Amino acid sequence: MAFWILAPIMVVAALGILFVRKAVHAALLLAVVMISLAVLYAVLEAPFLFAVQIIVYTGAILMLFLFVLMLVGVDASDSIVETIKGQRLMAIVLGLVFGAVLVTAFSQISLGTAVGLEEANTGGNIEQLANILFSRYVFAFEATSALLITAAVGAMVLAHRERLTPKETQAAMAAKRMRDYAESGKHPGPLPAPGVYARHNAVDTPALLPDGTASEASVSRVLAARGVMRSAPAMADDIEELQRQSGIDGAVLPGTSGKSGAAANTEASTGEDVK
Amino acid sequence: MRASAEGAGRVPVVHPIGAEGAFSWLWLIIALPLAGAVVLLVGGALARGALDRVGHWIGTGTVVGSFLVSLWLFISLLGRGEDERQIGQHLFTWFEVGELNVGMDLLYDPLSALFLLLITGVGSLIHVYSIGYMEHDVRRRRFFGYLNLFIAAMLVLVLGANYLVVFLGWEGVGLASYLLIGFWQHKHSAAAAAKKAFVINRVGDIGLSLAIALMFTTFGTTDFATISEQASGASQTTLNALGLLLLLGACGKSAQVPLQAWLLDAMEGPTPVSALIHAATMVTAGVYLVVRSNFIYELTPVAQTVVVIVATVTLLWGAILGCAKDDIKKALAGSTMSQIGYMMLAAGLGVAGYPFAIFHLLTHGFFKANMFLGAGSVMHGMNDDVDMRHYGGLRSFMPITFLTFAMGYLAIIGFPGFSGFFSKDKIIETALADNLVVGLCALLGAGITGFYMTRLMLMTFFGEKRWAKDVHPHESPSVMTVPLIVLAALSVLGGIMLLNDFIVDFLSPVTGVAEHHEPPLPAIVITMIVVGVVALGVAAAWFLVGRKEIARDAPQDVSFATRAARADLYGDAINDSLVVGPGRSMTTGLASFDRRGVDGVVEGGSAGVGAMSGVLRRVQNGFVRSYALSLLGGALLVVLALLAVNLA
Amino acid sequence: MTQYVVLSAILFTIGCIGVLTRRNAIVVFMCIELMLNAGNLALVAFAKQHGNLDGQIAAFFVMVVAAAEVVIGLAIIMTIFRTRRSASVDDASLLKY
Repeated sequence: MAFWILAPIMVVAALGILFVRKAVHAALLLAVVMISLAVLYAVLEAPFLFAVQIIVYTGAILMLFLFVLMLVGVDASDSIVETIKGQRLMAIVLGLVFGAVLVTAFSQISLGTAVGLEEANTGGNIEQLANILFSRYVFAFEATSALLITAAVGAMVLAHRERLTPKETQAAMAAKRMRDYAESGKHPGPLPAPGVYARHNAVDTPALLPDGTASEASVSRVLAARGVMRSAPAMADDIEELQRQSGIDGAVLPGTSGKSGAAANTEASTGEDVK
Repeated sequence: MRASAEGAGRVPVVHPIGAEGAFSWLWLIIALPLAGAVVLLVGGALARGALDRVGHWIGTGTVVGSFLVSLWLFISLLGRGEDERQIGQHLFTWFEVGELNVGMDLLYDPLSALFLLLITGVGSLIHVYSIGYMEHDVRRRRFFGYLNLFIAAMLVLVLGANYLVVFLGWEGVGLASYLLIGFWQHKHSAAAAAKKAFVINRVGDIGLSLAIALMFTTFGTTDFATISEQASGASQTTLNALGLLLLLGACGKSAQVPLQAWLLDAMEGPTPVSALIHAATMVTAGVYLVVRSNFIYELTPVAQTVVVIVATVTLLWGAILGCAKDDIKKALAGSTMSQIGYMMLAAGLGVAGYPFAIFHLLTHGFFKANMFLGAGSVMHGMNDDVDMRHYGGLRSFMPITFLTFAMGYLAIIGFPGFSGFFSKDKIIETALADNLVVGLCALLGAGITGFYMTRLMLMTFFGEKRWAKDVHPHESPSVMTVPLIVLAALSVLGGIMLLNDFIVDFLSPVTGVAEHHEPPLPAIVITMIVVGVVALGVAAAWFLVGRKEIARDAPQDVSFATRAARADLYGDAINDSLVVGPGRSMTTGLASFDRRGVDGVVEGGSAGVGAMSGVLRRVQNGFVRSYALSLLGGALLVVLALLAVNLA
Repeated sequence: MTQYVVLSAILFTIGCIGVLTRRNAIVVFMCIELMLNAGNLALVAFAKQHGNLDGQIAAFFVMVVAAAEVVIGLAIIMTIFRTRRSASVDDASLLKY
C-alpha cells in the first residue's frame, strides 16, 4: 500500500530534479525521494537502513550538499543552452531506451513469492545485521573505515589553502591602525555599536552621536548599501504614534531613560521640522 | 676432344712431406714482408718521423730478406730427389667449424718455388727502384707499407696448401692492388680506377668463393692434397662447374675477357705498382690458379676448352688495344693482357702447356717489369707525361733506359735468343699441335705484338723530338737504373731455363709429364714461321709509324678499328650497357619502388592511422558528460547482451 | 517484489539522464546519489525476496562509500569553484585532444 502511494511521489520528485532550474530545489526534491525511500526500507523490513537512510543520507549527506550550495552560491543555476552538440537528445534517447529495456526486462521475469525476513530478523534486525557485518563482512567493514579516513583526509587536503605570507602580529596590526589614523584620520578604535532605543535595538538602526545626528559607521555597510537602514525621523514618527496611542504628551513623558529620552526629544523636534 | 684430357691419370697427386731443416723456415718468407707492412703501416702512429726516414729501407730489406730465404730454399729443393720436392708446413689451425677444419698450411713445391723467386726477386728490384721513384712523395712510407703488404699477400697466395689460404692471399693482393692503384687518391681518376679494379675483381672472387664452397660440399675440404686425390671420384658436372668457377676467378684477377676492363685503368697507380702488381705478379695469379688446379682441369675438358677460348680472345684483344694506345703505360698494359692471354692459353692446353705457361709467366715477369720500370724512368725524365706522342728521340738522352728497354722489347717480340723467344715460341708450338685455329690466332698475336712494341719503341726513343717546352729529359739515378739493368739481363738470359728442358722437368712433380705430340710441322719450321710473322709486324710498324711524321695530338679522323681500339674495344661500353646500366636502372627502380611502393604503404598506413586517430580523438572532447554518455551506451550494450544471453 | 525493482530501474534511469543533461556539478552529484539510492532500493528488495540480510549489508556499504564519495566530490567541486568561479562541469573541459 505504502509503495503505491510513495512510488508516484518518488518518480515525480526524481523527474523534478531533472527539470527544476535551481539547485536548491533539486536538493529538496532529492530529500523527498530519500525520505520516501527510507519509508520503503521500513516496509521492506529493514529498520536499520530506514534509520541510516534518514540520518546519514537525508540528514548528513544532503545537508552537506546544501552547505556547499550555499558556499557556491544559491543563485548558480544552469543555463538552458546545451553546449555539447546532440548531447541532450542522445542522453534522453539512450536513457529512455535503457530504462525501457530495464523495465521491460524486469516486468517479464517473475520473482515468485518473497521469502520474507521474519526468519532472518529473529532476534532483531540490527542484531542480525551486526552478526553478519562483524563476521562475514568484517574485512570489508574495516576497509570502509580506511576509506572514510582517507576521504576525510582527502577533503581536508582539497580544502586546504596554503598561506602565502606570514601571519600579521598584533603589534603590527596596531601599528598599522595608528599609521592609518595619522595618515588619513581613520578611526583607530572599534566602530560604534548600533543604536539601542526603547523599541528598537536592531542592527539596522544607527546610533546617535552626541550632537544628535545618526552615525553611519554604526550600521553595517551592507544594510546601508541595500537601503534598509532605518532613519531617525522614522523613529520619531514612531514615538509620536506611541504618544498618541498612549495619550501622553511627549514633553512630559516620565520614565524614559536619559539617553533615550534625549534622543527621542531631539528626533521628535527634527521630525516635526520635516513635517 | 682434347689430347690432354686423355692424360688425366698422369696428373700427379699432391702429397707433401713434412718440412725439415731449411724448409722449416718456410713461414719466414711470408713473415718478413708482413712484419714490414705492420711496422710501416701501424708503427707510423708511434714513430712517424723516424719511420719516414728509414721506412723505405725497412720495406726493401724485408723483401730482400724474403728473396734470400727463397733462394736458399730453392737451392735446398734442387738438392732433393724429385719425389721429395713437395713440402708442407702446418702453421696453425685457422678455424674449425663443425666438420670443417681449415689449417694455415703452406705448400712448397717447384711451382711455388719459382713463384717465390719471381715475386721476391722482381719485388726486391722494384722496391729498390721505388726508393728512387717515390723519393719526393710525402707518403713514401705508406707506399712501401702497401708494397710489403702486397708481397706478403702474394706469397700467401702462392704458398697456400688449400684453397682457403690461397683465397686469403687472393683477397689480400686485391686489397693491396686497390690501395696502390688509388695511392694518389687525390686524383679523381685514380680513385675511380681503384674502385673499378676492386669491383671487377669482386666478380671474379665470387667465382672463386663459389668454387671453394662447392669443394667443401663435394670433398669436405679444400686441401690440394685431398682434392687432387679424390677429384676423379667427383661427378663430371661438379668438375665442370669447379673448372668454370675457378676460371671466373682467374679471369677477374688476370684481366681476361670478359673481366678485362680494369687493367688499363689500373695504370693510374704509381709505375712501380704497375710493374710489380699489374705486370709481373698479381695479374698472373689467375694463371697460377689454373696451373695449380690442374688436377681439376685435367678432368674437365669443357672448362679447358673455355680457358683456351677466353685466353685466345684475350691475347688478341690485349694486342689490339696495345696498338692504339698513345699512353705508354696503357700500351704496355694492353701488352700485359695479351701476354697473360698466352699464359692462359698454355695453361688451358693441359699437361703439355703448364710448364710453358709458367715459363712464359717468369720471362714475362722479367721483361715486362723491365719495360714498365723503363717507362717509369722515361716518365720520370719527362715530367710524368705519359703520352708517347710527346716523346721521341729519347735514346741519346736516356741511354741506360733505352738499352734496358730495348732488351725487354727484343724479349717480348720474341727476337731469337732472348727469353720471350723461347717461351712464346713454345706456347705457339703447343697450341698449333693442339688446335690449328688457336695456334694461328696465337701466331697472329705474336705478329701484332711485334707491331705494337715496335711502334712503342719508335715513338718513344726514335724519331723527332716532340717534347713539351719545359721538359729536359735526363737519365734516372742509379737506384733506378740498377734494377733496370738487372731486369734487362734477366730478360735476355731468361731463356736458359729451357736448357735441357730444365723447367719442364723441374715442374713435372706438379704438372705431370706430357705425352709427346708431334706438331703438324717440324718445330724448327714453326719457329721460323713465328719469327717471320713477328718480323712482318715489326716491318709494318716501321712503315706505318717509323717513316711518318707523328702528330703531337692524336689524329681524330681515323678508321673505325682504331677508334674501337682506343675505346678499349668498347669493353667499358659493353660493361656499361650490360651490367652497369641495367644495374643502375634496377637500383633506381628499386629505390623508387621502395620510396613510392614500400614507403607509400608504410607511410600511407601510418598516415591513415594518423588521420583516423585525428578524427577519433575528437571523441576525447574534454566534456565529462560526453564520456558519461558513452558509458551509458556501453552499459546499455552490456545489459542487452546479458538479456540476450539469459533470455535466449 | 517486481514493482520495487521496476521502481528502482525508473529511478536509476532518471538519475542517468540527470547526470547526462544537467551541467551544475552539484546537481550532477545529486543525480549520482539518486542512482545509488535506486541501487540500494533494489538491494533491499532482493534481501527481502531471498530472505537473507546480505542485501541490506550491501546497501549499508553503498551508503558508506557514497558518503565518502560525496565528501571528496564536494571538496573537489569547492576547489574548482574557488579557482574558476564556476560550478559547471562543462567548464572543466581543458583535458582533451
